Amino acid sequence: MLNILSELLAYDFIVRAVAVGLMVSLCASLLGVSLVLKRYSMIGDGLGHVAFGALCIAVAFNMAPLLVSVPVVITAAILLLKMRDNLRIKGDAAIAVISSSALAIGIIATSLTKGMNIDIYNYMFGSILAMDDQDVYLGMGLSVAVLLLFAVLYNVIFTVTFDEDFARATGVNVGFYNTLIAVLTAVTIVVGMRIMGTLLISSLIVFPSLTAMRLYSSFKGVVICSGIVSTICFFVGIVLSYSLDIPVGASIVVLNLAAFLIFFAAGSLKKYF
Amino acid sequence: MTVLEAENVSVEYDGVPALKNVSFRIEKGEYLAVVGENGSGKSTLIKAILGLTELSSGMIRLNGGIKKSEIGYLPQQTEVQKDFPARVDEVVLSGCLASSGIFPFYASKDKKLAVNSMELLEIASIRKRSFRELSGGQQQRVLLARALCSAKAMLVLDEPAAGLDPLISSEFYFLLRKLNEEGLTIIMVSHDIEAAKENADKILHLGTNIFFFGSADEYLRSETGKRFSGENAKYSK
Repeated sequence: MLNILSELLAYDFIVRAVAVGLMVSLCASLLGVSLVLKRYSMIGDGLGHVAFGALCIAVAFNMAPLLVSVPVVITAAILLLKMRDNLRIKGDAAIAVISSSALAIGIIATSLTKGMNIDIYNYMFGSILAMDDQDVYLGMGLSVAVLLLFAVLYNVIFTVTFDEDFARATGVNVGFYNTLIAVLTAVTIVVGMRIMGTLLISSLIVFPSLTAMRLYSSFKGVVICSGIVSTICFFVGIVLSYSLDIPVGASIVVLNLAAFLIFFAAGSLKKYF
Repeated sequence: MTVLEAENVSVEYDGVPALKNVSFRIEKGEYLAVVGENGSGKSTLIKAILGLTELSSGMIRLNGGIKKSEIGYLPQQTEVQKDFPARVDEVVLSGCLASSGIFPFYASKDKKLAVNSMELLEIASIRKRSFRELSGGQQQRVLLARALCSAKAMLVLDEPAAGLDPLISSEFYFLLRKLNEEGLTIIMVSHDIEAAKENADKILHLGTNIFFFGSADEYLRSETGKRFSGENAKYSK
């Protein structure tokens, strides 16, 4: 085990991937608690697809990937939130439409310029080779923002998540907090999808909080537990991916599934004692 | 002393009137029930009082130095709350958010206030339990305790007895009565006209082409009151 670890950490690109990945998994799990409870889980999936489309277009036109995808995905996140509030368009249908459209546009852009290639495969399923210094900085900025948000505004986040109407009546600017969470989620997804892949990124948001909710019945407990579960699953996932030579995104998702099942069983047992 | 005054209040959603020319006033310590069928604008009126929706005309004024943050609010329960992992004391304490100012942290006086309102509503013994595991009646008490944390001047309730069985809802009305007798001003929206007549001092009846505002006794003698009590009696048989 120690051998594998020292072997792993000898590679610069793996150290970068582990650093960014740990930060992203922490952010995703914290934001995920609020998103899952508010029934916004699918937003992660939709934004992952939008990020894929943006990434393909950026590469096709030789532009900096982050420069294109960050603003595009943030815009999409805000749009999806607005659609959720506007009852005339159903939020889940909107996400399905946006997901497949973004995917289609991205694939066409790539196949017209460079042909379907290894890039597409990496965007879909993730790769730990994808992280550069820019990702490290963005990941660091993001984690600072998310951790500050939860440390300073924890009570507001609880109130907004539990009861928007009550929060509004209390004088909280609910729209602002929803937008803030959407923007941070968008950045989390842009950074995280390069490791996790378009198809798997939403699991980083959804799984940890669902897992934590099996055992913990307080909001604080769920927030803390999902942060811990998420970072552990990420780290073990990356080690497993390296030692078994399996795709990193899939390895992390399967570990999250295992954690969920264990917590589910423990939660069911707890009811009997 | 008049604590809240509404004059010719109208609210429109996308040009469709939801509330038309409603006027009423409530004195300190009074218990006002807002009744009327679904879609008559009861919830809209509550939102207007709380400043959650804009008036298209008219005005609502708080008197006697009451601030908006001193109104306690018990909204209708939402889908989200059914499986929400939150402890009872976490939920109740969140009622203190309004008074916490720019820095949203709870001081020890807030925690004391939360404990007091839990004791008042007899839920102190379940304070460590999860909100989602409670019965409907217990959940409603928790939300009322949360509202009490910010109800320094007034308590506003939106259909507090919806979904409760008759015994639990009469217990709940009894609790409200008790709070009112201790001096708390209450505005309650309800479609339960019987309970409104029994408990409230004043009744505001909203509806298409119907409008009544006056004391509960006057309401019983009024055309509207007779008609709706009659209808209620018919339904209950």
